[in-house]
Amino acid sequence: MPAGTAAVAGVPPLARPAPARWRGWLGRLAPHLVLWPPLLVSVLHVVSFTAYTTWISFTPSTLLPEYDWVGVQNYVSVLNSRNWKIAYSNLVIYGCGFVLLTTALGLLLAVLIDQRIRAENLFRTIFLYPMAVSFVVTGTVWAWLLNPGIGIQHLVRGFGWAGFRFDWLVDREMAIYTIVIAGAWQASGFAMALFLAGIRSVDADLYRAAQIDGAGPWRIYRRVVLPCIGPIFIAVLVILLQFAIKTFDLVRALTGGGPGLATQLPTLVVYDLMFQRGLLGRGAAAAVMLLLSLLVVLLPYFAYARWRKRREARHG
Amino acid sequence: MAEAKAAALAPGARNPLGRGVVYAVLAVFAVFYLAPLVVVVLNSVRTAQDIGATSVIGWPRELAFDNFSRAWGSYCIAQTCAGIAPYMWNSFLLVVPATIISTLLGALNGYSVALWRFRGDNWVFGLVTLGVFLPEQMKLIPWVLVLRELGLTNSISGLVLIHVVQGISFTTLFCRNYYVAIPAELLKAARIDGAGYFRIFWRIVLPLSPPILIVTVIWQFTHIWNEFLYGVTFTSGPQQPVTAALIALSVSVSEAPQYGVQSAAVLLAALPTLLVYLFGGKYFLRGLTAGAVK
Amino acid sequence: MSALVIRGVRKRFGAQEVLKGIDIAAESGEFIVLVGPSGCGKSTLLNIVAGLEQPDAGDVEIAGRVVTRVPPKDRDIAMVFQSYALYPTMTVRQNITFGMECRGVPKRQQAEALARTARLLQIEALLERKPAQLSGGQRQRVAMGRALVRDPLLFLFDEPLSNLDAKLRVEMRMEIKQLHRRIGATMVYVTHDQIEAMTMATRIAVMHQGAVQQFADPDTVYNRPANLFVARFMGAPPMNTVAARLVGGERPVAVIGAGRPDEIRLTLPAEGGPPPGWRNREVVLGIRPEAIAEAGRRFGAEEGSFSTLEAPVEMTEPTGAETIVMMRLGGEPVLGRVAPDVRPVVGGAARFAVDTRRICLFDPATEQLIA
Repeated sequence: MPAGTAAVAGVPPLARPAPARWRGWLGRLAPHLVLWPPLLVSVLHVVSFTAYTTWISFTPSTLLPEYDWVGVQNYVSVLNSRNWKIAYSNLVIYGCGFVLLTTALGLLLAVLIDQRIRAENLFRTIFLYPMAVSFVVTGTVWAWLLNPGIGIQHLVRGFGWAGFRFDWLVDREMAIYTIVIAGAWQASGFAMALFLAGIRSVDADLYRAAQIDGAGPWRIYRRVVLPCIGPIFIAVLVILLQFAIKTFDLVRALTGGGPGLATQLPTLVVYDLMFQRGLLGRGAAAAVMLLLSLLVVLLPYFAYARWRKRREARHG
Repeated sequence: MAEAKAAALAPGARNPLGRGVVYAVLAVFAVFYLAPLVVVVLNSVRTAQDIGATSVIGWPRELAFDNFSRAWGSYCIAQTCAGIAPYMWNSFLLVVPATIISTLLGALNGYSVALWRFRGDNWVFGLVTLGVFLPEQMKLIPWVLVLRELGLTNSISGLVLIHVVQGISFTTLFCRNYYVAIPAELLKAARIDGAGYFRIFWRIVLPLSPPILIVTVIWQFTHIWNEFLYGVTFTSGPQQPVTAALIALSVSVSEAPQYGVQSAAVLLAALPTLLVYLFGGKYFLRGLTAGAVK
Repeated sequence: MSALVIRGVRKRFGAQEVLKGIDIAAESGEFIVLVGPSGCGKSTLLNIVAGLEQPDAGDVEIAGRVVTRVPPKDRDIAMVFQSYALYPTMTVRQNITFGMECRGVPKRQQAEALARTARLLQIEALLERKPAQLSGGQRQRVAMGRALVRDPLLFLFDEPLSNLDAKLRVEMRMEIKQLHRRIGATMVYVTHDQIEAMTMATRIAVMHQGAVQQFADPDTVYNRPANLFVARFMGAPPMNTVAARLVGGERPVAVIGAGRPDEIRLTLPAEGGPPPGWRNREVVLGIRPEAIAEAGRRFGAEEGSFSTLEAPVEMTEPTGAETIVMMRLGGEPVLGRVAPDVRPVVGGAARFAVDTRRICLFDPATEQLIA
């Protein structure tokens, strides 16, 4: 100890400890009784349900769960089924189309709305309302509009253009794109909102600096604003891809997976296997593969988000 | 700041043509986004003959408001002819308790995880939020068994249970991320003032919570009302919520198309969430972003 | 009986040891200031005293009772925070009475205590406002009120003035000091501002790297710093520290820049000098800037306790109240404080008086004070 701290030598010896009180103990216990049950329920249901479905995927379960082990047999038969192959290739087409179209629309709308327009709130409300509506409603209405017999094709022909064709809904080649359109219609307002929030959070001084450097509006967006919101791009892409993988209601209401298998998606296959054909084991295997597809998208994103956070913490 | 930026950017400030283009493009898109809604609204007051003679896109020749009363009370869905009223009622019975319970539990959870630090709290929180991303298909079989064990098969109570448990993931996520921003010193001050777990929650955290509780309630309400997979998997016939019933309704379309009545039904089913959106749009958006980005 | 005893307190966060065995004892009615650079562990120590964090080892004793395992609410303490930590949804009145409400104090008694505190702090007019409607200084007062109203055994302050602007800070500093004199309570005050420490404390604990470097009254800390860290941390501008060599016979002489043509020889006072073993050894010589003034200043002392020397002037900083002069002594840069009307010519040489009684000598190896 350095000089000057000698006063501490006068620290008196320990006094008697405070008496323990059972009421204080109860008072400390009560929060735990409230804190833990809901937390445990939410944690355990995630863990145990995932584990259980995974387990079932390795059993020969059909209508009822059975607990014999059949290895990867369910996975093999699902992977080899025509249904799953088509559903998966549909998912790839739909996923790419949906993500690209929704991102493009969202970005365009965000930039347009950022132009200090009048009635900004009105436009935002219009572009975002589809997100508040059930996919079932969306699907039903788009099914009417796209139905060649009663929808757009019928209307245009009624105007006198007898040769007009817009029958993607019943066209095996094109039906998947109707899902893309309806999906983008529903989700692009959301992408717009995310982009707009990002654009608005860019430091105003950057705009001033770019203007003084002589950049026009187009160049400011392309070279200054959009690079700044790079992380938002990645977030939007991941969120939309996640939406795409989980899409179920929309297809169910719009096409029911048809015509034929033209719009079948993995989520529909899972449901079909589990509850229509009564093949729980195979359905579970399909569900696990669905989860894996989701993880392929999400895990790299989480890793990336973590890395960014760390980097910011280091530079901040 | 935003003002200065916007002023700097508005490309048409000195160029009326550019400004006109911006509005024109926005207007075209507005039409595209509004079209389905307008079509449904118009169809809901058109007669079946009117629609059959032209297409689902058209102006009503005469106003058929009885579409709504039929859709509400007498239209046949599957084998029952009681309109969508019972299903709407089912949905309300499902949504209201599930929203309230999951929001309260989520607030309590969020408070525990964010402010009452304990060993492993980050792990607990991580697992809770995993529930947000887990696809519903992974939970279908376990829920069948759980509902059977509890005797809640094919009942609204069963759906309430499911949505409460599922919903806790979201509500905990929302509330935790909001509560994390409460300054730690506030909690320290309260502890020195002698407040415990419950009193801090009740007197300090909850009074600060209305913004996030509104977000959470709106999110849960919209989410549960619009949910379809669980409804169609775990209930059938008269026990179904309205989204599941709508699908049954569109299946019966193929036999004898009744687009007018169906439009009215679709509109009625979409109305609660649309109203919530119109009156709480700001909070709805906040919930969407919080639920998606995190 | 000591109002507060901190005995051997240790704390680590992960691999980092933030408190390496702290011992501090405060008498009743003392104003103890914990001062140190950020990250020195002073706030952690305060949190441990408050019971908001648990020490890994050691004990905290308040008014003779060991409270190491006692929750904060049962320690009979009050605390004022850096951010004030006022409950945003409560009015000023509710903020102040919340602690009494938690303890089930009868309403009448609450009202009396509130009235007394509000009068003391002159915040009667603010009682129905919410914190958001208050200015920074008013929030500060309410935060103090919340602490004062309970009449606790111990007041803890965690950098309470650092969010205020400079003028208000000085005002509140005086006010807290007056308050302390008026109510005579024991207070522990954490700050990184050494002026606050000097002006308010009855005793200062200077902390650095998780250890108490010196625990003494402000005069001692300022004039006889226990080591080089304290010497350089306290005071603005800080103490000059230069390498020197001790020579001399009967009276020790410190030589700065020995062997150089401009070497400086300072004869040290006879009493209080270094132990004999330090003759002919290298030391670090510390001297406060105000102990170097224009030639002719006598520092209120008799003949012989100061020397006069000539040094090249490199820069001057007139502050209005004084002029700070940067000079070279034996090649080492040193600051002095001369009268405001004295303006030595930069680039030339000037004569200065040095108060040799105020020279401190440090061991260059251990950095501890020798004499």
